[in-house]
Amino acid sequence: MIEKICSLSDAVRDLVRDGDGVVIGASLETAIPFAATYEIIRQGKKNLEMIAPISDASTDMLIGAGCVGAVTGAWVGSVSGGLGHNYRRAAEKQIPHALDINDYSNFTIGMALFAGAYGLPYAPVRSILGSDIINSNPAFKMATNPFSTETEPVVLVPPVKPDVAILGVQRADSAGNNHYWGSSGLAQEAALAAERVIIVADEIVEPEVISSDPSRVLVPGFRVAAVCHVPAGTHPAPLTGRWQRDSAFFNDYHARSRDVDGYKAWLDEWVFAVEGAPGYAEKLGDRLSALKIAGSRNAARANYAAE
Amino acid sequence: MADYSTQELMIIAAAREICDGELVFVGMRLPITAYGVARLTHAPNAVGMFEGGVVRYAPAEETLYTMCDPANQRNAAWTTGLIQVMGHLQAGRVDTGFIGGAEIDKWGNINTSYIGGHENVQVKLPGSGGAADIAAMSKRLIAIMNHEKRRLVERVSYITSPGYIDGEGGRAKAGIAAGGPAAVITDKAVLRPHGPANELHLSSVHPGHTADEVIENTGWELKTAPGMTETPAPGEAEMTALHQVDREGFWR
Repeated sequence: MIEKICSLSDAVRDLVRDGDGVVIGASLETAIPFAATYEIIRQGKKNLEMIAPISDASTDMLIGAGCVGAVTGAWVGSVSGGLGHNYRRAAEKQIPHALDINDYSNFTIGMALFAGAYGLPYAPVRSILGSDIINSNPAFKMATNPFSTETEPVVLVPPVKPDVAILGVQRADSAGNNHYWGSSGLAQEAALAAERVIIVADEIVEPEVISSDPSRVLVPGFRVAAVCHVPAGTHPAPLTGRWQRDSAFFNDYHARSRDVDGYKAWLDEWVFAVEGAPGYAEKLGDRLSALKIAGSRNAARANYAAE
Repeated sequence: MADYSTQELMIIAAAREICDGELVFVGMRLPITAYGVARLTHAPNAVGMFEGGVVRYAPAEETLYTMCDPANQRNAAWTTGLIQVMGHLQAGRVDTGFIGGAEIDKWGNINTSYIGGHENVQVKLPGSGGAADIAAMSKRLIAIMNHEKRRLVERVSYITSPGYIDGEGGRAKAGIAAGGPAAVITDKAVLRPHGPANELHLSSVHPGHTADEVIENTGWELKTAPGMTETPAPGEAEMTALHQVDREGFWR
């Protein structure tokens, strides 16, 4: 078994390169590894192409910090607050700099990652017909369904293959094999389409725990480049069975990022002034304890015996 | 009469749009609670789909801030991926879909991307999320938004989510399924398409508002639909269901 455990700062330093196409969480509002968002900002990565359906406020934070050159996705904002203030400043006033915006819908970015994951030359879809997304993003091509006797337009979505996908999971072993449960959005497509996968695990377990239930594996270790142990590494996003969403934290971010100075003060407080993920958890203190899911609603056991 | 806020009235008006037994594509924010109210009142056999990959029968037992919250995962009918649920849209299986909007026009086209248009961006909005997909591929669409003159406009500057596009036959020309907006629920009124062109008309006015006020706050020459009424105030059973779904009064 190849050991793939490393610190998140090492994983970001070695596996996320300036100019990369990067996915940080692809399960919409849940399991977004914000610890990686913060680490990318600390290391000052540049010109990243952020790929996602919806990654709550993560993309907005990265844009404000000057890490992003392009957005390839469906939605950038703050789910609690609405508009993304940094996204607005970049798109409207080129602050801190201009952005390339490649418009998608959730389903079309999903099918783009699906095509990337499984080697399809393109994916035909019935969505975004009638939408200006077809006009504002030249990546799409219109075609006619060759199997239809009537003239039936379809949209051809080219594959999207991220350089790196960074995904939060409940548990993993040191070889990167992992279990994820709860709704997964496009996490699996993103992982399988990506060149490199970084797993941010709430807990590290023995390999036998993962192999006892292979149907719960999000992406097997042989496709994983690094696994990082970051308890509560998805905060302020929730993680099924482990952590509640810290809505007050999102609201605070939304309010303070309204102007550049407020955003910079927020960034200093929550990203630059803390010593990595452990320092962040320490700063959260009791607040984190209150978000911890204490209850147990364990799934029924599944028997895999073959003897 | 029950004590309710404007937002609660909007949630309940949205819940009334869900028919029993329907497969419902539930959007972000208000529709999450509307689905719960419908299930607990007149639509006990509805099934709710959430684009993150959650499918539910009974509503969650706690206030939800987002569709992916742990309480929405617990005892779900299915927790799966986005393609599995949005694939139901593309396969034509979703009866009713909900979306919000920043700007809408008289044909029910919705802009959540670029105020001012793509070439002349005045305000960059978050983008489609799943809205363009839900609008194109649900059998009927319910939109929820605030009623302001600058938001209800003659023609949106960018169509994120297609309504009837340019009126009669617009959707067919674009190659999308029949569907289209069935109701637009605002904080002042409910608008519905009327006539062959499917132009949005004033269908009901919320208690405490007047038709004149609604027309004054609409950016196109809003016509009233035949049989225009007052939106029924929330009933006791509806409010009880709402309080059961939104226990903390977060969506009040």
